[in-house]
Amino acid sequence: MIFCKPLPLKIAIFVVVLSPGVMAQEEAENDLSLLFSNMDVHGFYEMRSGWRSRKDEYEKDMSIMEQRLQIDVSSYLDWADFKVKGDIIGDMIDEQADFDLREAYIFTSPYDFMDLKIGRQVLTWGTGDLVFINDLFSKDWQSFFIGRDSEYLKAPSDAAKISLFSDIANLDIVYTPQFDSDRFISGERISYWNSNLGRIAGRDAIQHTDKPDRWLRDDEIAVRLYKNINNYEYALYSYHGYWKSPGGQNVAATRAIFPDLNVYGGSVRGNVGKGVGNLEFGYYESDDDQSGENGRINNSELRFLVGFTQEIGKDFTAGLQYYVEHMLDYSQHKNSSPSGLTRDRDRHLITVRLTKLLMNQNLRCSLFTYFSPSDKDVYMRPNINYKVNDNLAVEAGANIFFGDYPSTFFGQFQNDTNIYTALRYSF
Amino acid sequence: MKLLPVSIAIFIFSTVLFAADDTNATEKITDVEAIVNKANIVAYYQGNNGKAKVKMTITDKKGQARIREFIILRKDIKDGGDQMYYVYFLKPADIRKMVFMVHKHTDINKDDDRWLYLPGLDLVRRIAASDKRTSFVGSDFLYEDVSGRNLTEDLHELVETTDKYFVVKSVPKKPDTVEFSYFDVWIDRRTFVPMKMNFYDKKEKLYRVIESQKIEIIEAGQGDKVQKFPTVVKSVVSDLNTGSKTEMEFFNVKYDIALKDIFTERYLRRPPKEARR
Repeated sequence: MIFCKPLPLKIAIFVVVLSPGVMAQEEAENDLSLLFSNMDVHGFYEMRSGWRSRKDEYEKDMSIMEQRLQIDVSSYLDWADFKVKGDIIGDMIDEQADFDLREAYIFTSPYDFMDLKIGRQVLTWGTGDLVFINDLFSKDWQSFFIGRDSEYLKAPSDAAKISLFSDIANLDIVYTPQFDSDRFISGERISYWNSNLGRIAGRDAIQHTDKPDRWLRDDEIAVRLYKNINNYEYALYSYHGYWKSPGGQNVAATRAIFPDLNVYGGSVRGNVGKGVGNLEFGYYESDDDQSGENGRINNSELRFLVGFTQEIGKDFTAGLQYYVEHMLDYSQHKNSSPSGLTRDRDRHLITVRLTKLLMNQNLRCSLFTYFSPSDKDVYMRPNINYKVNDNLAVEAGANIFFGDYPSTFFGQFQNDTNIYTALRYSF
Repeated sequence: MKLLPVSIAIFIFSTVLFAADDTNATEKITDVEAIVNKANIVAYYQGNNGKAKVKMTITDKKGQARIREFIILRKDIKDGGDQMYYVYFLKPADIRKMVFMVHKHTDINKDDDRWLYLPGLDLVRRIAASDKRTSFVGSDFLYEDVSGRNLTEDLHELVETTDKYFVVKSVPKKPDTVEFSYFDVWIDRRTFVPMKMNFYDKKEKLYRVIESQKIEIIEAGQGDKVQKFPTVVKSVVSDLNTGSKTEMEFFNVKYDIALKDIFTERYLRRPPKEARR
């Protein structure tokens, strides 16, 4: 699996196009030497290994075993910032070496009221804590479940982000010319519920997909209009693109597809009492199945989230969220579902985050728990991270899944329960 | 000419008033509220805004040291009132480019607004932190030491006036909200810089000391408008219970710089050049 597209070339083209006028060669050379003298190189080296705690006949016993070197190079000129960040990975589970280009962008503020960021970038917005409604930027669920650092939950997008600022409100527009899907659960590393087979599957039934991939036609656009009023952050969102993880099947049921999706939503966040509260909702319009009659395509949904975080002791924080997904055309969908639908109309989810810092904040103990009373399943993420010194950190954690049914969102991953340890040297 | 003595008197009086503005001649202040107010302005509100590079060295009782380095930008809404802080981390490597932002409120009923920006995730997180007496970035300095303790939270008493210092004892109005029973501050009578703070625990035993070890006069403005700001450029806090101490040094201190309104989400996501260069 190589995530690297020929992006540096695109960036180079952007740089040339965006350069103010045609630069004299001398000036260009000057810029180049400045670019090198302003250069800043950082990164980390990491070893990470993890084991499955339950026998999974469809996956390897080791859940993760990799070495990773991240190099982060940034520099700037008067008129722009540049950044390239990439990981070289020796993956002993896939038995191959990978290069994952995480960021490669140019940033500039051509006007006081405008910022531009073009290239490969990680993007996040919305108010949820590990729950996403209006953030439809790519996620890497596989990395999340096998115990990589939480930084890897966010997969990069190849996009242009235009930000406009005014006293009335601010506007972000993110244009992705070619659809970037999630790095979804395909069976490669995580076994999952395969509805066609009617059982748990993994490496024996890797999900193949038909992904929209036409440049400038199969594109995505995400918009956020936001304003801070007395430190309450209000935002409206809109997204036009595709379900980010497979949201249906082709007619022959041989391939997973990414049906059209539009999302409209809003959020607010701010201090409430002694803590921070947030509210967010979204209307998911499954555009390829407006009536909900196509059982092979995801139903339209309403999604709603409310959360509250508070410090409950010294260096001890607790966060609580309630989240619900409500299917809008449930009965049509259920009747037309080829394999019979197993989920309820509403999926309720409660999350609890507990974080305690100890030993001068060098030891961080945290537990994030998802619990769905409707699906009757649980996903727990305990993690302990100790900073041995300013460069070296050691870490241990687990991804624990359980549930009453093999087909629910987290219940399907029961056999993927794993524990992991890691050592990271940052420079 | 009867009028002359009056005008001379006015002249002398206005000179005194003018001189009273100069830090060298403010010894006349004896009212404790005026003293702590002035010391608060000197310690936390110099200029309308300020910038510095800060190096913190945290040394535990075994002698192991950890370094924190960051650029701090500050802007005052009102002297002695609300402020905004922007902290851009440079070291250690694992938190490099992280940004911490505070909108500080002196209204006792209003908690500060705090944000953290995590660049690896492009995530703007809102932080719930009502307790200001927790450690700042794992050091022996507390949030309150860095951005100032609200003067209205304590009762202040001038216990001694020496040749060099006003010694003020501050007793919290709500003792159950803090870990100390009181603290003493030695305020320089000439500059109003707090030179030393001694904190006493609930058993009235000294357990925490903050000392200003190096003061520099930083000039700001140009021509006739040059102002001189006495500034603590090195302070050390010692925790006598744990044996840990933290040294905080300030470099490239500047006041009244041309600073736009950078204390917003826009600049959390893309730190301004003032923070990075």
